[in-house]
Amino acid sequence: MWEYTDKVKEHFLNPRNVGVIDNPDGVGEVGSLACGDALTLYLKLDDDKKIKDAKFQTFGCASAIASSSALTEMVKGLTLDEAKTITNEKIADYLGGLPKEKMHCSVMGRDALEGAIADCMGDALPKIEGEIVCECFGVTDIEIERAVRENGLTTIDDVTDYVKAGGGCENCHEKIQEIIDSLTGKEPVKKTEPAPLTNIQKIRLIEESLEREIKPSLKKDGGDIELVDVDGNRVIVKMHGACATCKMSQLTLENYVESKLRELVAPDLVVEEVSA
Amino acid sequence: MKTIYVDNNATTAVAPEVLDAMMPYLTELYGNPSSTHSFGGNVEHAIKAAREQVAALIGASPEEIIFTSCGTESDNTAIQAAISANPDKKHIVTTRVEHPAIKNMYEHLSKQGFRVTFVPVDRKGRLDMDFLYDSLTEGTALVSVMWANNESGVIFPINEISHEVRSRGIAFHTDAVQAAGKTPINVADTGADLLSLSGHKIHAPKGIGILYIRRGVAFSPFLIGGHQERGRRGGTENVASIVGIGKACELAKTNLDEMDTRVRYLRDKLEQGLLDGTPKSTVNGIREQRLPSTTSIGFDAVEGEAILLMMDALGICASSGSACTSGSLEPSHVLRAMGVPFTSAHGSIRFSLSHYNTEEEIDFIVEKLPPIIANLRKMSPFWDGGSA
Repeated sequence: MWEYTDKVKEHFLNPRNVGVIDNPDGVGEVGSLACGDALTLYLKLDDDKKIKDAKFQTFGCASAIASSSALTEMVKGLTLDEAKTITNEKIADYLGGLPKEKMHCSVMGRDALEGAIADCMGDALPKIEGEIVCECFGVTDIEIERAVRENGLTTIDDVTDYVKAGGGCENCHEKIQEIIDSLTGKEPVKKTEPAPLTNIQKIRLIEESLEREIKPSLKKDGGDIELVDVDGNRVIVKMHGACATCKMSQLTLENYVESKLRELVAPDLVVEEVSA
Repeated sequence: MKTIYVDNNATTAVAPEVLDAMMPYLTELYGNPSSTHSFGGNVEHAIKAAREQVAALIGASPEEIIFTSCGTESDNTAIQAAISANPDKKHIVTTRVEHPAIKNMYEHLSKQGFRVTFVPVDRKGRLDMDFLYDSLTEGTALVSVMWANNESGVIFPINEISHEVRSRGIAFHTDAVQAAGKTPINVADTGADLLSLSGHKIHAPKGIGILYIRRGVAFSPFLIGGHQERGRRGGTENVASIVGIGKACELAKTNLDEMDTRVRYLRDKLEQGLLDGTPKSTVNGIREQRLPSTTSIGFDAVEGEAILLMMDALGICASSGSACTSGSLEPSHVLRAMGVPFTSAHGSIRFSLSHYNTEEEIDFIVEKLPPIIANLRKMSPFWDGGSA
């Protein structure tokens, strides 16, 4: 259960300004069904170019509806320039805060507002520029950079909470981390790819690791291990002593040997046991 | 405000009879069943009786039952035991709609060098049986298929799968956590090697589970410790809860008929009432092959968390396959595996009844929910403006 403030609950259960404005001066649309939330914001200006009326339609959770309702209340009576200063943080503050995981609802409000303001000013709707980083939710590098900069985000989870990027298949996590690192002035951690081992090097290293690291700890329990063969990434071993007869520990043992060898030799090794 | 609880696939109320049976073991009868003195020995008798009650619910022998801490422990233990018994087989099979206790364990094992097959389901939530059978090889160590799905309530043909899988010399496990007490289970007919149950889904407390291990099946314990459960699960017995789950199994057996008649009637009335009261709403899963207590209904163009919280304001407790309730951003893996379109996946609500629900409660939900959906649809940019 989410911890919503009373103000979020109140705006959710009694949302203000729901609906459509006929002949609006500006419309801002963000989100989609697939993404799980979407907002259409309508603005109507008076003769002094102040926002006379604002209405919304929202598909989404309680905090999406509450954020939309709050936004319409906040912009009424403002000039477009004043409305431009509303950030996602201000929308969240107006509601007494949002759960961190729901901050993307306030970002959605801010984005819809920007779209509607641009529409009012006769500008083309701001095009989503940049390169799509998160395929699942269609989020660009520019959007992620902006969220990181404006909200002082430091982790991938933060980015997911604010703009959803990285919340699906997680394939883009590395790219998101690079964006965070580049903005927070951290040098991206360069992965040093070791030169691939030759077969003979690999076998020697496996032998060495077995002798130095693995055998001593098995011997403590009265067991032993023998290297039978190495075939590509398959390491074939034979268990001796207590290990060979102990059915119960087989799984852990194999896991232990495998994870140790993966750590010391190569991450893609698979250990297989032949009966002694 | 009265609470109307229709979320029994999440957890259930402890039955008063179960609590009564447990109380002595939380108070004066605190002996350790392993003790030599008769004060402890009496407690051992209570555990024996509970084991018999559990065995009776699923047609097993008492010695085929071990007590665990929860359904997840039962599932994890079953998987580890099956793969340890076949160390040269590195292929394991399950479905795409399993509970996380299976799904995440399989994903974990796939990182440890196991080849893992996840069998898909169709739009109605039915298992692709050909895909399942075609995936089996000589290197397959284990097939694990849930008896009934927790979200859609769809029941899988476990007897058929079990016999086919075992005829090929492959171990078969079924997670029957959602099926127990809702549909008859007979391990003698099914022939499953391993079967998991959970106490808190059948009106026992949380923190107690069951693993059935068919006699003769190779087994290795997950918790290694004392000689409890005949060496198959270490740790001093959770006596009161064991007594509780025994009583709960006895009650579940007695209540199976009511589940199939009165609870089914209430579920059908709720389902039909909501479908009739709400345009563009659909049942997720094949209606003819489901648990009698469960329905999952997708409401187009609205979002699940909003529906749940509107219902919550009226005291109605249900759950959803929606992303926003779980803290993830995508709808449930079950609904996605079924290919439920996003229009209704985000707005899918699961109602799961128990024999404690009354017709008045069902009528209340049928009266109150359609206006909630209509109200949210009026707010939704994806609602085409028709009357909701």
